[in-house]
Parts: sequence; structure tokens; C-alpha cells
Amino acid sequence: MRVGTNAYLLLGAVLFTIGVIGVLVRRNAIVVFMCVELMLNAVNLSFIAFARRNGTLDGQVLSFFVMVVAAAEVVVGLGILVAIFRKRSSISVDDVNLLRG
Amino acid sequence: MWLLPLLPLAGFAVNVALGQRLRQLAGWLATALVATSFLIAVAAFFALLSHGGEERTQILRGYEWFSAGDLRVAFDFRWDQLSATMALVVTGVSGLIHLYSIGYMAHDDRSETFFAWLNLFVAAMLVLVLAQNFLVMFLGWEGVGLCSYLLIGFWFNRRLPVVQPDARLVEGVPDETEEVWAPPAAKKAFLANRIGDFGFLIAMFLLYRQFGSLDFDDVLGRASGLVGATATTVALLLFLACAGKSAQIPLYVWLPDAMAGPTPVSALIHAATMVTAGVFLVARTHALFEASPTAQTVVVVVGALTALLAALIAVGQDDIKKILAYSTVSQLGYMFVAVGVGPVGYAAGLFHLVTHAFFKAQLFLGAGSVMHGNDDDTDVKHFGGLRTAMPVTFWTMGAAWLAIIGFPLTAGFYSKEAILGAAFEHGGFGLLGWAIGALTAGLTAFYMSRMFFLTFLGKARWPEGRHPHESPPVMTAPLVVLAVLALVAGLVLGGGGFAGGPLARFLDPVLVGPEAAAEHSASFARELLLGAIVVLVGAVGVLAAWWLYLSGRVEWLAVRARFAAAWRLLAHKLYVDEVYEFFTVTLGRAAAAFLAVNVDQRTIDGAVNGVAAVVGVVASRGRRLQTGLVRTYAVGVLGGAVLIVAFLVFRTS
Repeated sequence: MRVGTNAYLLLGAVLFTIGVIGVLVRRNAIVVFMCVELMLNAVNLSFIAFARRNGTLDGQVLSFFVMVVAAAEVVVGLGILVAIFRKRSSISVDDVNLLRG
Repeated sequence: MWLLPLLPLAGFAVNVALGQRLRQLAGWLATALVATSFLIAVAAFFALLSHGGEERTQILRGYEWFSAGDLRVAFDFRWDQLSATMALVVTGVSGLIHLYSIGYMAHDDRSETFFAWLNLFVAAMLVLVLAQNFLVMFLGWEGVGLCSYLLIGFWFNRRLPVVQPDARLVEGVPDETEEVWAPPAAKKAFLANRIGDFGFLIAMFLLYRQFGSLDFDDVLGRASGLVGATATTVALLLFLACAGKSAQIPLYVWLPDAMAGPTPVSALIHAATMVTAGVFLVARTHALFEASPTAQTVVVVVGALTALLAALIAVGQDDIKKILAYSTVSQLGYMFVAVGVGPVGYAAGLFHLVTHAFFKAQLFLGAGSVMHGNDDDTDVKHFGGLRTAMPVTFWTMGAAWLAIIGFPLTAGFYSKEAILGAAFEHGGFGLLGWAIGALTAGLTAFYMSRMFFLTFLGKARWPEGRHPHESPPVMTAPLVVLAVLALVAGLVLGGGGFAGGPLARFLDPVLVGPEAAAEHSASFARELLLGAIVVLVGAVGVLAAWWLYLSGRVEWLAVRARFAAAWRLLAHKLYVDEVYEFFTVTLGRAAAAFLAVNVDQRTIDGAVNGVAAVVGVVASRGRRLQTGLVRTYAVGVLGGAVLIVAFLVFRTS
């Protein structure tokens, strides 16, 4: 059977929402990271779905870009996390509140 | 001619630079230079006489001082009958007073500074009287004001006696207190003069706008072209300057306080020369005053009122120098009456200026001599019977006393009669001037006799342990010279008549012009009658003083106690100082306090502080937005994204 575009978009939306909720409610920085990745990949899924539906390559190209940026972001983000962990022995995002007014 | 002011200026420079080394020589040097100036003035005066009456005005072109736009100001001097008269009086009287000061200031350890300033004063005064344009005159005008300030405040750190008007006379116990009052007196003099100088400046601006020049010939030659309000404004502003410098209502209050200075200063600056600068200014710029009858009326009325008011206050003073100070103010009022009535009075005013310079300088120097011999006491309540202790001072002061009360044939008699005759002849408001002047003559006779009797005659009242002594010859010599002048100057200069004497004939070509010179038409009989009236009034004044203070039939302190209210009013100078203080100090403070609280603190500071407070409140509320929690920010990002999406979605629909 042929799966419709709407299903992909729905899955993407669900995944994105799970990612958002994860970012908002979890304190563990690594989990937050994973949730961010989840959101990015949910968007990638939507891109691919649209690309396939429209028969163009735009969405596919864009998703590659997203993956590359995500990889770079993870490298930097995990580097920061390691540094914070060394300094504080904790990776809870709530402990990092130096900017509190 | 240039040497005239330059010599005293050189004396000033030398005394400032080398005075410390010259020590006692400083005074002699200063005296010699002023005396040389006097000799030059005499020589120049005779040179002037050798010319005919109309060609006597010489203009000495000096270097160009500065030029700004169309205005060119040069150091031009003018040598005519008027400036010659003034220069002779200034240098002559100054020379005598310098000589006297050598003795008077012998024990002062800053005497070289004193002579430096005295020389500077003479230089400035000569610049004033010789000036050919308003600005050079203003230079001298300010210069004498500065020297006056410096010399009044000369004893800025010395405790000077303050005569208490209300204190009881206790035999043998000085009842005055001492205070450092020279600095405030100097400041008062300077400030009062500044008000007048302001008038001088504005008048100069107006004249420049009208005529495009400040040269006397340019301005005065075309002064009749001034009309109405401009003429009146200019003349009144100039008169304001005169009121400041010559101590007329409303600015006379500084002169009595100026007695804080050493007595020779009082004699030179505050009696003989500087304070007459106002009279000289009116005479010099008479064309401007003639352009405005209103201003002339003001001059006469102010002069007459000042004469009367000051004479009244003088009756209530116990301080010998204050009596003389108020007497000076009063006599200056006479001079303004004279120059205010126009052509008939200019020569009379100048005549009185000259004779007054002689007898008032003598009186002040005599008072200085009395103080010198009485441990610097100035309270007439502590004198009495000094006739035997100080014979020279007594006789010479007696001569000046006769002159000022207008005893027939003395100098003051002729000049006073000349003024009153001119005022009478002028008619109109001149008659008012005559009436007040005659009344004032009586008061003058009264208070001067009072001072003279209390000081020299009667019972000795000085405290125990004081030994009044005569002053050294260096001081008494000027007294004698001035006393002789006070007696004979009137006869010589007035030529036996009240108006139209030699001095008047000498001055009239520059003051009233040739055609009006023969205007003195008063009949001798009328002059005699008017003179008799004034002499009679004066005699009443002298008799009253004799009855009250000398005859022994009345205990004058008891009389004083009986009329305590009136006495206190006079002794406190009619409370004029207090009224001024209320209007300037008290109201000024109130206004300042109002501005400080309501305008500065509440409005200006309030605005500034208000802005700061608003920013502070916003910031302290706003800081709570920055929780430092990443997840909070994430909510914000999400909310923003949702809003954008919602916008994109619903925009099209």
C-alpha cells in the first residue's frame, strides 16, 4: 500500500512535538541534545516528504544541509558539555544559570 | 603733560617693586613724585593762561589704544580749563596728604604698600580728569574705584573701634567695641560703585550707537542732536554713575563705611578728589545733561535730598569720621544741585568742589591728627578740651570749621553762596534746591559746630591714662596750608562776589560757551540778601550747637535720653542700611531659597532623578525575565516560533 504524504508529515509533527517537550522538561543536557536532534530529524522527514510529493530535489538538498549543521552543532555542543561537566561534575541544564538577572 | 599721570604711576611701580627696601623713603619718594606732578600742572596751567580764552583747549593725541570695527579709541588727553582746575586740586591736595601720611603711617609696617596704592590712585585720578574720551575716562574711573577699594580695606586684618550710638557715656571708660570691619566696608564701596559703573557702561554703549564715537568733542559737539527719551536715558545713566562714585542717593551708603580706611585716605579719596569725580563728570558732559531737562531736574532733586538727608544723619553720629563722611555726602549734594541747574551753576559747582577739597581735606586730616593723638579713638564723647593739648590742630580745624559752616569771607561761604545763588537764579525746581540748601546750611552749621565743640572745647572727657599730644610737624604742616587755603581760597577764586569771580570767568568758556558767559546777571543786592539769609540760618545752627553742647545750661546727654526715639533714628542712619539689607539680602536670600528648593531641587533635580528612578524600576522588574534557566529561554523560542507559524498560517486566510 502506498503511504500518503500526510502520514509522513503527521509523524514529523509528532516527533517534533516530542522533541520540544523533551527540551522543555528534561534537565539532563545530553537528553536535551537528543531531543534537539529529534526535532531536527522530524523537520528533515517533513522536507523529504515534501520533496517526494513535489518531485523536486529542494527538500532533499536542504535536509543534507540540516544534517551537516546538526553534526557540527553536536560537536560544539558536546565539547561545551564535557567542559561544563569537568568544571561542575553535573550536566543538569538548570545548574548553568550564570546569566540569571 | 604726559608726565602728569606717569610720575605717580612710576611711584606706584617703584614702591611696589622696591618698597620693602626703601622702607621710610617710600613715603618721601611718593610725596616727591606727586609734588613734581603738581609743579608740572602749575607750569601747564600758566602755559594755558598765556593763550586767549577761546584757544585754551589743547588736545594731546596719544597712541591708539585699540580699534574694533568703526570704533577707534586713542589715549588722548585734554588740557582745558576744567581739567586744569581738577588736575591742580588733585595733585595739590594729594601732595599735602602724601606729606601728612608720612607722619600718620610712620608706625605702620605696610606703609610702602599704602604709598604705592596712594600713588596709583593719583595716577588714575589724573587719567580720569585728563581724558579726552569716555573710555579713557572710564579707565581712570575704574582705577580710582579699585584704589578706593584697596585703601578702604588697607587695615583688613586690624580690629577697628566701632562707636556704639546707644552706649552710655561713662567717665574714663571707653565704651566702644572693636571689630574687623574694613573688608566688608571695602566690598560695600566696590559694589555700590559697580552699580554706578554699570550706568556709565550702558551710557557709553548708547552714545556709541548714537554717534559712532566716544571722543568728547564728537559726542558733546553733537549732543544737542539727542532728543527725548534717549537724551534722558543717557543723562540719567551717567548720573547713576555719578551717584555711585560721588555717594548720592541711593548709592551713598558706602561712603560712611569707607571711613574704615586710614584717615589720609578718607581725606584724599573720600572727601577731596575721587568722590568729586561725579560732579566733574556732569560738568564735563554738561551738553548731554542740557539735552534733557528731566535729567537736570533729577540731578537737582537728588542732590538737594542727599544734602538734607546726609546732614540729618550727621547730627546723630558720634564718630568724628562718620560726621565728616556724612558731611561730605551732604556737600556733594550741594555740588550736584549746582551742576544740575545748568549753565548758571557749573562754575559754582566746580568752585565748591575746589573749596570743599581744601576744607574737607583739612577737616579729615585734623580728625586724623586728633585720632593720632588720642590712641586712634574716634568717639567725640571721649574728647573735649583738646584745645590746649593740640593747639595747631585746634586752630587749623577751627579755620576749616568756619569755612564749612559758611562763615562770611571764608572759602565755604563764597562757594556755598554761589551755589545757592545759582539755584535761586535758575528758578523753578532750582528754588526747591535753594530752600533745601539753605535749610541744610543750618544743619551743617549745627552738626559741624557740635563736632568742633565736643572735640576741642568744654570739659576734658578722655579716659584715664590717655595723654593727648600734638602731631609731628610733618602732619601739622599740611594742616596749616590747607587751613589757610580754606580761609582765603574763596576770596581769591570768588573775587569778592558770589558769582562771576575769577574762577567762574576762567571756567565759563568750556562750560557754558562764550555767548552765555556774561549771563551772571544777579544784582549784588539780591546776592547780599540771599547770602544774609543763609548766614543767618547758619548762625542759628551754631547758636543751637553752642547752647546744647557748650553753654553748660543743658546736659546734652540728658536731652539725648529724653528724645531717645528721634536720636536713635538718626544714630542708626535712618535705618537706610537696614532697609537696603532687607531688600537685597533678606529678599535675595528668600528668592534664592525659593529657587534652590522649588526650581533646582524639585524641578531640575526632580526630572533627572525621576528619569533615573523610572529606569531603575523597569530594570529591577525586567531582571526577573533573565532566569538563567536554559529551558525558560527555550519556551520563549518556542513561543516565538509558534507565533511566527501562526502568523504565516493565518495570514493568507
